Amino acid sequence: MDALFLNQLFNGASLASLYLLAALGLALSFGLMRVINMAHGEMLMLGGYLAWMTLLVVPGALGILLAIPVAFLGAAAMGGFIQSTLIRHLSARPLDTLLATWGVSLILQQGARDLFGAIGVEVRAPEWLTGNFVAFGVTLPSARLFIIAIAALVLGGLALLLLKTRIGLLVRAVNQDRMMASASGIDVKRVDFTIFCLGSGVAGLAGVMLALLGPVTPNVGQSYIIPAFLVVVMGGLGSIVGTTASAIILGLFAALAQIFVDVSVAQMLLLVFVILFIQVRPQGVVAVKTRQLDA
Amino acid sequence: MPDLSRLSPLKPVLPWLLLALGIAAPFALSSYDLNLLARFMAMGILALGLVLIWGHGGILSLGQGVFFGLGGYAIALHMKLADLPAGELPDFMVWSGRESLPFWWTPFASPAFTLAAIILVPTLAGALFAWAVFHRRVGGTYFALITQALSLAFATLIISRQDVTGGFNGLTDFYSIFGVGLTSPGTGSMLYWITLAILCGAFVALRWLLASRFGILLRAARDGENRVRFLGYNPTPFKVAAFAIAAMLAGIGGALFTLHAGVVSPALIGVVPSIEMVVWVAIGGRYSLAGAIVGALLVNLARDAVSSAFPELWLYLMGALFIFVVTLLPRGLAGIAKGKAA
Repeated sequence: MDALFLNQLFNGASLASLYLLAALGLALSFGLMRVINMAHGEMLMLGGYLAWMTLLVVPGALGILLAIPVAFLGAAAMGGFIQSTLIRHLSARPLDTLLATWGVSLILQQGARDLFGAIGVEVRAPEWLTGNFVAFGVTLPSARLFIIAIAALVLGGLALLLLKTRIGLLVRAVNQDRMMASASGIDVKRVDFTIFCLGSGVAGLAGVMLALLGPVTPNVGQSYIIPAFLVVVMGGLGSIVGTTASAIILGLFAALAQIFVDVSVAQMLLLVFVILFIQVRPQGVVAVKTRQLDA
Repeated sequence: MPDLSRLSPLKPVLPWLLLALGIAAPFALSSYDLNLLARFMAMGILALGLVLIWGHGGILSLGQGVFFGLGGYAIALHMKLADLPAGELPDFMVWSGRESLPFWWTPFASPAFTLAAIILVPTLAGALFAWAVFHRRVGGTYFALITQALSLAFATLIISRQDVTGGFNGLTDFYSIFGVGLTSPGTGSMLYWITLAILCGAFVALRWLLASRFGILLRAARDGENRVRFLGYNPTPFKVAAFAIAAMLAGIGGALFTLHAGVVSPALIGVVPSIEMVVWVAIGGRYSLAGAIVGALLVNLARDAVSSAFPELWLYLMGALFIFVVTLLPRGLAGIAKGKAA
């Protein structure tokens, strides 16, 4: 196989990792509440700026490792704020939630523009992330390897949380049948809130990864969030396995398409691919079986 | 909140009064203001389509800019070719180093083809897109997200094909339409009246459509799609038809807007402008045709006033308006006029 193909395969894997980190939070809260937070892209942006600020305070090799929890907590707090002040009150109206949270997204973007400037800020990756590995004749930038490793860690952690802890049990219960869960005494509102914070936090963490790849700008989240929405559409309702699979498929598709066509055509092809995919599997990659009529 | 329904004695004459004002506007307004009003009316035509699909069909489209753009670019291609001396290429193509006209530009030299394209291209594109998604029973939030991806892909594609689309700057510098000079006296008023007539025509036609059995079924599918199926109807063709009509209105609005504004560019049709189109209707009232027109006029007037003085403020204001209207006034201004907020 030629080097270009292998190279794009690797780029696809790192792109898929970013799509996954951006989409996990969306998919989790969509599964629980059937709402999409259009300001989710701004959680990425927030994470990026928090990483930049952390590195201002703690320069040096390990600053980036400190930036990860800072960005996670900061974005989780912002997500929790949006959920409890706005989304909670709109939860019966999914389309209105889209629009209202898009208003939030506009305000956050403009806020970032006024605070940090429109041009964006540069996060200097530590030295241990600026090198390259060479394997099979392909150069693998360490930053991208780091991103793939972090995404795998987050995914593993999330799987443990959902499958092995009490919180995970409650989340799965609400995901399966909200009314029954509520009737058996689970505080569904609290589960919603927890998952929303968690998902926003993961997006904030994804923002740190974006900061390693390029400048953090007020609309840095926008270029990743729309593919992340497509990941959710293709993944299947609230399924982590489905979201992961569809993030990998779309990430690889976008990167491999760029061997043959330029970025803008690849973007159009990505959309066409998703539309063709739902012709075959409208329920998504992984369908959660249910007897509910209007799931 | 003021109960405007008490103004009911005025109600039967109000539409006619507004129409008379509309017809008389060219005699009262400066040519700059008239042009602005005509642009906003062209946007009102698009807004009417959103009432049909979003208010009555429950289909949220965050991609109306695409259809607006298809209509706008169709007429722009024609005007670019019409002003061209024979055998020459549009200036931006020469700058990009192109030697010949792309094959899909050529038919737009014909006025008849252009008029047909303005109506048919958005309609067919809308129908095909909606059918591809709806016939597999994908809808709601998923549909809205897919339309947003569509508007992103469309705008990016236009920007990247600089040599045949004019790229980020779009197409501009038009001089005549169907042999009539755009700056010659009377043309502005004429185009304004044409826009007003199409707006009124679309309004009347949609009013009829929404009151018909089609409208009833559309609302039924919005409120309980599966129940409509159990009653023996297939809701998909109704939703596809509604979406195609909205796309057609968006295309016509886009063509008229391009005529009045003298420019069509990706900045007018991408992700953000497409959602702004929904704001007009959200503020005016998503269930009300009259509300949508008022919303389109008011929001754009406000935008014009605020963004020229404080460009940064406009985005905050629009974000806040969006949150406020959607959470507290889901029926928009039309709801206030009817005396009910929710």
